[in-house]
Amino acid sequence: MDLSRRALVALAAACALVTAHAQSTYITVASTTSTEQSGLFKHLLPVFEKKYAIQVRVVALGTGQALDMGRRGDADVVFVHARPLEERFVAEGFGVQRLDVMYNDFVLIGPQSDPAKVAGGKDIVEAFRKIYAAQAAFVSRGDRSGTHFAELALWKSSGIDIAAAKGAWYRDTGQGMGPALNSAAGMGAYILADRGTWLSFRNRADLAIAVQGDARLFNQYGVMLVNPAKFPSVKQGAAQAFIDWLVSAEGQGAIAAYRIGGEPLFFPNAKN
Amino acid sequence: MGAFADAARSAWGLIATGDAALLDIVGLSLAVSLSAVACATVVGLPLGAALAIGRFPGRRAIVILLNALMGLPPVVVGLAVYLMLSRAGPLGAFGLLFTPGAMVIAQTILVLPIIAALCRQAVDDAWAEYEEQLRSLGASGFGAALTLVWDIRFSLLTAILAGLGRASAEVGAVMIVGGNIDGVTRVMTTAIALETSKGDLPLALALGGVLILLVIALNAVAHVVKDAAQRRYG
Repeated sequence: MDLSRRALVALAAACALVTAHAQSTYITVASTTSTEQSGLFKHLLPVFEKKYAIQVRVVALGTGQALDMGRRGDADVVFVHARPLEERFVAEGFGVQRLDVMYNDFVLIGPQSDPAKVAGGKDIVEAFRKIYAAQAAFVSRGDRSGTHFAELALWKSSGIDIAAAKGAWYRDTGQGMGPALNSAAGMGAYILADRGTWLSFRNRADLAIAVQGDARLFNQYGVMLVNPAKFPSVKQGAAQAFIDWLVSAEGQGAIAAYRIGGEPLFFPNAKN
Repeated sequence: MGAFADAARSAWGLIATGDAALLDIVGLSLAVSLSAVACATVVGLPLGAALAIGRFPGRRAIVILLNALMGLPPVVVGLAVYLMLSRAGPLGAFGLLFTPGAMVIAQTILVLPIIAALCRQAVDDAWAEYEEQLRSLGASGFGAALTLVWDIRFSLLTAILAGLGRASAEVGAVMIVGGNIDGVTRVMTTAIALETSKGDLPLALALGGVLILLVIALNAVAHVVKDAAQRRYG
């Protein structure tokens, strides 16, 4: 009996430990793997949390999934990168207002052997056509993420109907950016990636940037408050404070200051 | 092989320096998995014993179902618990999603069939052996079940450890219902998944090494406690 009483005490202690985390004010932010895995949040959040005493809890998903999290009322703020989807989210009444926060760009990554002969080019659409013509291995995120939508738009601009054209060369992995890069590294395949994740990615193997600098590779990030009128559980005050800080001069400066190896990962471009 | 050497070195570094972030993650892993196993044990042992000794219609079907549920895919459990706890779901008002509490619920569901099914088998075997004896002593079904469970309590430890193994190893369920939030719901397995995503394979492997050491340590403690108890009360 003594043993079981002790076990109960231990269980109660564990529960206390578990609930202790939930005491302070916090908001939940649904964001993308690119912002989390590039290390941006680790750099930004301590600055904000210290000033406002609001804890920011980030759940990192693909853009499509992150927006769905907002649609179910499970997030207070959504911070993602696929403008048409974000505008639909606001139009449907799930988000209050969409604000530009920052941008970076996508890069085409490929093996150094460059079987499709695209390395060093500046025209991403031309590169996509060459990859298709060479039937060179290409890894797609295939997960309704912002990067996946950007990739699909580029196939469309290339005049290639990817749904019909995909074959063994086109590998739809359904994975986040990092795991997809791991797959591409393993297969020696081309892949579209956001620059932030690429810069912080360690397992590059034989991969390198093949194409960059095309205006069509622009990657805009936007932030939205989840509509408190729809979900009363949304912590409007704290969430709005975070959004206001992100687009303020201080927040924008903190974004610009985040660099890896001297290279900036994101460029602030809020409109005020 | 370079990756393994790197991993071993950084695993040792993490342990030797008592890395604070790692300690938090280890602590939360233990709190979540042990809580889940405790809850599953409280429900699973009586359930398993009742199924072993009780005779009622549909019993065989329940036993088959329970055995099959030992193979529940964690991702599916995670998804179901997510939809239940989501603000838009039936239990949304409690605000449990993305908290350690949600992770305990998901792991309890995963572990319960394992503990109940293994307990049922153990009690079933003991029942086959001692049924006549217990009946001649005039024990009722309930009394017999209690006697048997108490009698084989040390073998039931294996059932509980199997449940703990499942809880501490799974990533699919805690990833979905916990959200892998830094400092709040990040546990060993989700941290390993994250480092793999970042392409930091040596660190991911090092964390894996730490997790395995932890599980070995837990099992060793359980074993020692069992031996001591057996000597004293056996």
